[in-house]
Amino acid sequence: MNDMSADSYVTEDGRTIGGVVMEMKNITLRFGGVVAIKDISFDIREGEIRAIIGPNGAGKSSMLNVISGFYHPQEGEVWFHGEKRPTMRPYQVANQGIARTFQNIALFEGMSVLDNVMTGRLTHMKSSMLSQALWWGKAEKEEFENREKVEKVIDFLEIQAIRKTPVGRLPYGLKKRVELARALAAEPKLLLLDEPMAGMNVEEKEDMSRFILDVNDEFGTTIALIEHDMGVVMDLSDRVVVMDYGKKIGDGTPDEVRNNQDVIDAYLGVAHD
Amino acid sequence: MPDQFLYAVEVTLNGLMAGVLYALVALGFVLIFKASGIFNYAQGVMALFAAMTLVGIQNGQVPFSHLINAVFGTEIHHFGWHVPAVLSILLALGVMVVFAVIVERYILKHLVNQPDIILFMATIGLAYFMEGFGDLMWGADIKKLDVGLPQGGSFWIEENTAWLGGDGFYGFFIDKLDIVAAVVAALLVISLTIFSQYSKQGRALRAVADDHQAALSVGISLRFIWVLVWSIAGFVALVAGIMWGAKSGVQFSLSLIALKALPVLMLGGFTSIPGAIVGGLIIGVGEKLFEFTVGPLIGGATENWFAYVLALLFLVFRPQGLFGEKIIERV
Repeated sequence: MNDMSADSYVTEDGRTIGGVVMEMKNITLRFGGVVAIKDISFDIREGEIRAIIGPNGAGKSSMLNVISGFYHPQEGEVWFHGEKRPTMRPYQVANQGIARTFQNIALFEGMSVLDNVMTGRLTHMKSSMLSQALWWGKAEKEEFENREKVEKVIDFLEIQAIRKTPVGRLPYGLKKRVELARALAAEPKLLLLDEPMAGMNVEEKEDMSRFILDVNDEFGTTIALIEHDMGVVMDLSDRVVVMDYGKKIGDGTPDEVRNNQDVIDAYLGVAHD
Repeated sequence: MPDQFLYAVEVTLNGLMAGVLYALVALGFVLIFKASGIFNYAQGVMALFAAMTLVGIQNGQVPFSHLINAVFGTEIHHFGWHVPAVLSILLALGVMVVFAVIVERYILKHLVNQPDIILFMATIGLAYFMEGFGDLMWGADIKKLDVGLPQGGSFWIEENTAWLGGDGFYGFFIDKLDIVAAVVAALLVISLTIFSQYSKQGRALRAVADDHQAALSVGISLRFIWVLVWSIAGFVALVAGIMWGAKSGVQFSLSLIALKALPVLMLGGFTSIPGAIVGGLIIGVGEKLFEFTVGPLIGGATENWFAYVLALLFLVFRPQGLFGEKIIERV
């Protein structure tokens, strides 16, 4: 395909993939005696859709949790925008412009869809507590601006009809979409999706795939996602990392990965055909 | 107008005022419950501690004087100065903020993602610790709290309502302090509601209450929110402590009014700020009117149990309270 070592290139469908945004260097993560991730390195380029796949228990979610600061690896370095990242709490990572969704959906169930998506804007609100509390000029203007951006995201993901509904009442598929909306509202530099299509029916999966592609296309958002559904991953992503038992066994374009013997043995060959 | 009716009106008015004081305590519970899902057993003790600190600062009392005297054989009790009321309220507020930081640093931080019951147990421990600590710091004697709030019945109201009844009616008796408490409570509720609905921190606060993990992922610092919430709860405790303390002196029984806040919360709902106020008013009026009408028939002393029976009825028929969030769970 294209030359990966160049700083930027254009894909077949005309999107520009830029330089490296995030680089994981020799990450090792242990829980007591269990090694969840063993010496894995890979990078994520600006504007691409990067997938991490692997059988159950391969360490995919752990890897996502390392990127988003929920887990701290014992060894290895995380580089973001050309700088080595110190050990960070998850909220600090979020403030750096990395948004995420969760495998088991973590929404604010008691709040409306609109309020949920508004929380995604928190990292962009700079007014002091006093002016916020007293609703003075600047804070008010800020609230309106943020609201406008949130409404755009809500329109984009086609959830206008349920904006005032408490999230607890929504069906599973819509919850997943609201969670994506909240992450998008943060206008992230890097969007992490943990199994965005788990537990969905075919129609919902198609919708979600379309949204992921649209987000990447319209906003140029860099996306890293974990997914079980092989067909979906191969269609969506520009490059794929394959993990098995905490180790990286493949990395490359969907076609390269598909033809990698290790990958076929570990995953594709067993899971399909 | 018949006198009997006018007395009933007066009883109702006084009930409303008592209800405001219940509501003030309940408010502190609701704030912490909303933000962290914790039922803070220590809220009553916090009110007591805040009031003790305020009196201590105002009178220039030396903190831990008993301890210091016992260890060093000295005889110091007072610095010998008097701090103005407003300044001592601000200083007491400062102490409550420091307290919030300590609670977060040494208790809550270590209990992230623990079940609610663990956090509840922690607040019980905190309550007993604070009780002893407060006594050690300021002494266990009953103290008089005077920050210049008006006391006694309002003659103005009495004079201007006397015409309503006959010769035997002297107008409604309403304590001025109760009126002040009502105004303060109204201001508190309005500002707290606006804060939690429309401000950035308010939204973050509700988010933390709902889901810790999700809150972290959108960039909310749990530690900051917890310090903020406990500071606000400390502030509300201080206000409640001032009102109750001015009414009946600063003493241990102050921490027991927290128990009266429980039925208030069951009525109003644990998660609703307006609910705490309405619940407080209903309990206040309800127990006064019940004592007035039914009390004489069954030998009185109904105020002790009326609130709890009412709460029990609510638990059976409307467990989420009047204003609480409906408990929805998809199965």
